[in-house]
Amino acid sequence: MKIDVIWTLALVIISLGIVCAFLRLIRGPSLPDRVVALDLVVTLAIGIIVCYAILFNQPAFLDVAIIIALISFLGTIAFAYYIERRVR
Amino acid sequence: MIREWLVALVILFGAFFMLVAGLGLLRLPDLFLRMSATSKAATLGAGLVLAAAAIYFNEEGITARVLAIIFFLLLTAPVAAHMIGRAAYFDGVPLWEGTLINELRGHYRTSDHELVREAPPSPEFFIPEGKEGEDS
Repeated sequence: MKIDVIWTLALVIISLGIVCAFLRLIRGPSLPDRVVALDLVVTLAIGIIVCYAILFNQPAFLDVAIIIALISFLGTIAFAYYIERRVR
Repeated sequence: MIREWLVALVILFGAFFMLVAGLGLLRLPDLFLRMSATSKAATLGAGLVLAAAAIYFNEEGITARVLAIIFFLLLTAPVAAHMIGRAAYFDGVPLWEGTLINELRGHYRTSDHELVREAPPSPEFFIPEGKEGEDS
């Protein structure tokens, strides 16, 4: 019972990190800043999923973390590809 | 019991590094410094939290899965950071005003993004920088 508090605390700390990343996503100022912020949000979301898996004792949620890590990498590469080639 | 407290310690360290990554992204002055915070601290934080899950569940299948995720994160985070940093440099994202040296200035050909060691001082090698705070 007592140890559950620590995993909830870890969830709270990671959520504060996501709030910071979202503030940067809103403020910009440039498009690459927003892409980096989105990348960080996804990485922290992996942390949240893993904490959730521990909190509810459900190791199946770790598969979601694999897929999200894969998709976020592809998304960042695609953003970088198009930012490098765009004409301002 | 000991194992649970070990998990608690590792997961709190991981969460702390993730918070540091978020704060660094919010507070540091330019894109490239922000990227140095997110790509390193966030990867370390995610790795620690995943390691905590491996210790907590203590099964071979889950440990293998966790090691696969950590390996994949360590493989992709530098590549993604390099790609987005390179794209941002060509996009003319401004450097911090306290930057001391920009060794790439005047070495990238703007037409094909080729790095040239002995580049002549011509506008062909000049990447126009955007203004600080300019939205795009």
